[in-house]
Amino acid sequence: MSTSSVSKGCFVFKPSAKKKKTLSLEDHFIHGCEGADESKTRFKLCQDLWDQIKTDNELLQDELNTKILDSLLDFTRKCSSTRQHSDWASHMRASEIPTAALVLGVNVPDHDMTFQSLSELLRQSVTPHVASVQAKECRALKHLIKRVLERLLGTDVTVDDDEEEETAQTSALLHKSVHCSLNTLCDWYTMNTKKSYSLTPGKKRSSPVKDDLQQPPIVIIFKDLEAFNARVLQDFILICSRYIERLPLMFIFGIATSPSTIQHMLPHSVSSLLCIELFQSLSCTQHLATVIDKLNGKVMQVLISIFLYHDFSVRSFIKGVQLALLEHFHSQPLSVLCCRKKEALLNVMQLGHRDLERIRQLPSFKRYIEKQEPQEQEHLLTDETHLKEVCRRLIKDLRKYHKHYYPTLRCLHTLTSSLPRYPLGKQIRELHLICLEKNVWENEEYQSAMKLLKMLAKDELISLLKKCAEILQHSKSKNMKSALLLLEAMLAKFKQLDTVVAEPPPPAEESITSPVKNLPKKTDLFQLQKALLEMNESRRSKKLSPFEVLRNEALQFIDSLVQSHLSPPESQTLYEVCYYSSSATVRRHLNAAPRTSIQAALNSPFYYLQNDRLKSEDGSVSNAAPDICIVYKLHLECGRLINLFDWLEAFATVVSGAEGNDPNSDSFGKVDDVKHARFIRAVSELEFLGFIKSTKQKTDHVARITWGGC
Amino acid sequence: MNGYVSVMRVRVFELMMLLSAGVEETDAQSKPHQYSYPSIFIYGHQSSGKSHVLNVLLKELELPHATVSCVECVSVALLFEQVLLSFFGCHAASLLPRSPSLSDFVRIYRQQSSQSPAKQTRYIVMEKAELLRDSDANLLPALLRLQELVEDNVTVILLSEIVWDRFRPNTGCFEPLLLHFPDYSKGELQHILAQDRNPSYSDEFYSAYINILLGVFYSVCRDLRELRHLAALNFSKFCEPLAEGKVKETDTHKLWRNIEPHLKKAMQTVYLREVSSLQWEQMQQMEEKENGAVRGLSAHTHVELPYYSKFLLIAAYLASFNPARTDKRFFVKHHGKIKKTNFLKKNEKTSNHLLGPKPFPLDRLLAIFYSVVDSRVAPTASIFSQISSLVTLQLLTQVSHGDQIDAPKYKCAVSMDFICGISRTVNFEIIKYLYDFL
Repeated sequence: MSTSSVSKGCFVFKPSAKKKKTLSLEDHFIHGCEGADESKTRFKLCQDLWDQIKTDNELLQDELNTKILDSLLDFTRKCSSTRQHSDWASHMRASEIPTAALVLGVNVPDHDMTFQSLSELLRQSVTPHVASVQAKECRALKHLIKRVLERLLGTDVTVDDDEEEETAQTSALLHKSVHCSLNTLCDWYTMNTKKSYSLTPGKKRSSPVKDDLQQPPIVIIFKDLEAFNARVLQDFILICSRYIERLPLMFIFGIATSPSTIQHMLPHSVSSLLCIELFQSLSCTQHLATVIDKLNGKVMQVLISIFLYHDFSVRSFIKGVQLALLEHFHSQPLSVLCCRKKEALLNVMQLGHRDLERIRQLPSFKRYIEKQEPQEQEHLLTDETHLKEVCRRLIKDLRKYHKHYYPTLRCLHTLTSSLPRYPLGKQIRELHLICLEKNVWENEEYQSAMKLLKMLAKDELISLLKKCAEILQHSKSKNMKSALLLLEAMLAKFKQLDTVVAEPPPPAEESITSPVKNLPKKTDLFQLQKALLEMNESRRSKKLSPFEVLRNEALQFIDSLVQSHLSPPESQTLYEVCYYSSSATVRRHLNAAPRTSIQAALNSPFYYLQNDRLKSEDGSVSNAAPDICIVYKLHLECGRLINLFDWLEAFATVVSGAEGNDPNSDSFGKVDDVKHARFIRAVSELEFLGFIKSTKQKTDHVARITWGGC
Repeated sequence: MNGYVSVMRVRVFELMMLLSAGVEETDAQSKPHQYSYPSIFIYGHQSSGKSHVLNVLLKELELPHATVSCVECVSVALLFEQVLLSFFGCHAASLLPRSPSLSDFVRIYRQQSSQSPAKQTRYIVMEKAELLRDSDANLLPALLRLQELVEDNVTVILLSEIVWDRFRPNTGCFEPLLLHFPDYSKGELQHILAQDRNPSYSDEFYSAYINILLGVFYSVCRDLRELRHLAALNFSKFCEPLAEGKVKETDTHKLWRNIEPHLKKAMQTVYLREVSSLQWEQMQQMEEKENGAVRGLSAHTHVELPYYSKFLLIAAYLASFNPARTDKRFFVKHHGKIKKTNFLKKNEKTSNHLLGPKPFPLDRLLAIFYSVVDSRVAPTASIFSQISSLVTLQLLTQVSHGDQIDAPKYKCAVSMDFICGISRTVNFEIIKYLYDFL
């Protein structure tokens, strides 16, 4: 294919249909993978790990949601039961539509999951009639009613088959949008409930619970309240309130920002028809904290920053983790070793020659080798079995490191998270990040945190230490157990302090006043200052109560724990096996930058076209580049307004150069029809991409829209 | 329920005169000599008894009527259908074609009415008639003289909260009979509210309660519906000392002292729907245990936003409330010293905050965003998607039409307090960047 005719930045070659097989996921993975021989096992490992993470995550999410969902379910049940009471007060009350305002936070992409599980739960336990609507499908009142009816009547088709004929009728009616009124719904509802009346008398006695639900409420979920047209919503509520006597309606509003939006959207006359109750769901940062808590260590600076900076969405965060995982297993052949202990050890034994060579290439392993004795070094570099042995040991070490790392991290977090001004961050993820980056104890914040800890009151310190002990209890490794013993011993000592109580406080005044007396009578100012400083020092060192001694001891213990176990993973040999660190890849994949890539394509077409002729050294575009690149390059040299004719001339000159015409001949740089057409096309493409626009200031000019190189 | 009717004797009398005109004639002969008046327009404030009185009358007199709420009639088809349904039954309604026109309706109506001629005047009651103005231009004039069109003894009654002057179309139309329902006076309200007393207490006791209730609420609310609602909610509290045996039914003063603070509190919470009625009841039950456990709706104003969204919002706020000319002064490093007085224009002397947010193009928003945010941010797709998600959260509003993708314009829709809170969380001193506070 000739490139001269192509002016766009990409080619589409249609693959012949026969050649192309539908590749399975696995094939996709193996394809283009480094070290293809083991790719299958790696793929399997990857999938296993991902499945595990996924199930963990799902469990977690269910757990988090259960609380709020339970309260919502209770609310719906209560509403449907109070409806059936008929005492004086409820008779007198203006008929309100019970409404639950569900505040979910701004992480909109996550809401779908929540609503899905909510409606499923509702269907299972409270009522079969649940309809959820989204703002984008309900531009007008007509559509809203239609959707609600469709959802409500439609669900019934799937639920009971014996009513098929009727529902067929109703759906036929529905096709005539004329009948889309709540009246239809009303008729349908009474018909339905009557039927269940006549059907169930036999069953009814057996299950008294069902008596409550003779009139199951109709729940309508508004997924994104903010996006709804206020007018539509108001009208819909007005209509519904007319039918509330006959239909047990109920609303659930999904709110992303704050509940006061209800007041902004609905005037008093409308909101007075609603009986709103508020439900606050867990904020998404808490959500994230718990999610991360359960994941194993990968470098996720980028992911977290995307989360915090951009969308707050847990779902996309998980997607990011998935990508990182995939990428890790895909590009790092040694990731076979990133699995359970036994399997890992087994896999070590099966490593081939090439893989061992790769291990030797690993920077962390190189560092390890350098530390060894020369003889050992040689051994490692030549003897494969020995290398395998060492690897096994190293991997065991790595696992041990992990075992120690997390409990210690949690301990440190419990200690520091309540300090004023949060020197080490409020959330465990912040601490985690700090620890992953470098030695935490060299950190300034760590020092200040320790200083603050040294000022803690007794009961606070004890409660914190107790929490630490609880955390340590969960871990199984020996080191942690011994640490736990130490800690408990310390706690016991603290308690002893309590019982001994109040050794007579050292005669404080004396200790302060006495040095003053010792001061020489005549001194100059400098000496006085010095003496006072000394005094201060001595006072500090002297006046350590037994509690303070013990406190220092405890903190030293924590400090040593941190120093021995919280070293960053880079310091561990073979850490590359388990840690994925190419944040650039992740960023490139997740943080789409359309404009940057367009500009990259225009600036250096070689990057995308992979055509050697287009390669150029100093960033200038060769004259063989696609037309649009040339036009783009030329337009960068212009000011705000670009004269089209000049531009065309310049373009023709460049293109003629590419065609190899003699620069001295007459026709060089002449504009012929073909060039003219190519130019027009390139310019209009540039306009389409949003770099220029036509202007009314001068007729034969276009205006430039973008500036700068980025 | 005759309470309403008896209170508004005058209005009812007028109405009766109008309605019964049709009745008498039909009673006397099988065919009426003359039709009743083609259309009546009844107006009055919310819950001044318009539809209630009318419905009761129509029912009591057993007149054929169709009541249609205009809110519900998303399309005219629905309106026609309901009218036909209640006058002639199902099969008539099903005769209507898909998306029927007015003439379809008239045709079917005539056909049906010739089959079953009216013995009495038929009444079509249109609630919330002000919405008719927004529907097809020919609908309202046609309804006003429907009698002529269908040649049947039919009267259209329009109920509305606004006066007739606001209805009259430009082209002119048939003038309906106007009938005003004035607001209830305090005495009337008292009378009506006292009607629905709790069966387990005496009349006097309940009316004393209503008296106290009105004393508190009358100054802020005259809506009968709302008052009834409040009366029902607070009555149990009122009866509490009675049930405990502390006070006798006649000791009004003590009862008043007991209930008054509660009513005041109710005015701030339930009446504004800060707290739902269910929660209010719960609150009353556990009042002694803890106070203020339930927070009102507007108490939750805190909104958590992603980091860049916060800056986008701040940038949008700045773009909305600063004149574009001043951007140079705020966001260019070496802007020199420009005094405010130098670039005051005449119309800019008033505070921009009083004038409200101004629309700004996307370019300006992004330019300000990049200079406001402290780190270098790549223009990724997620930044742009955040702008649109801010729009869906209604923190920004898109001013230009949604179809225009070329240079969209936005407005910032958040309050000063809100943006101050947001900028505090990211350590940005927004006041320094606002032209109004220079």
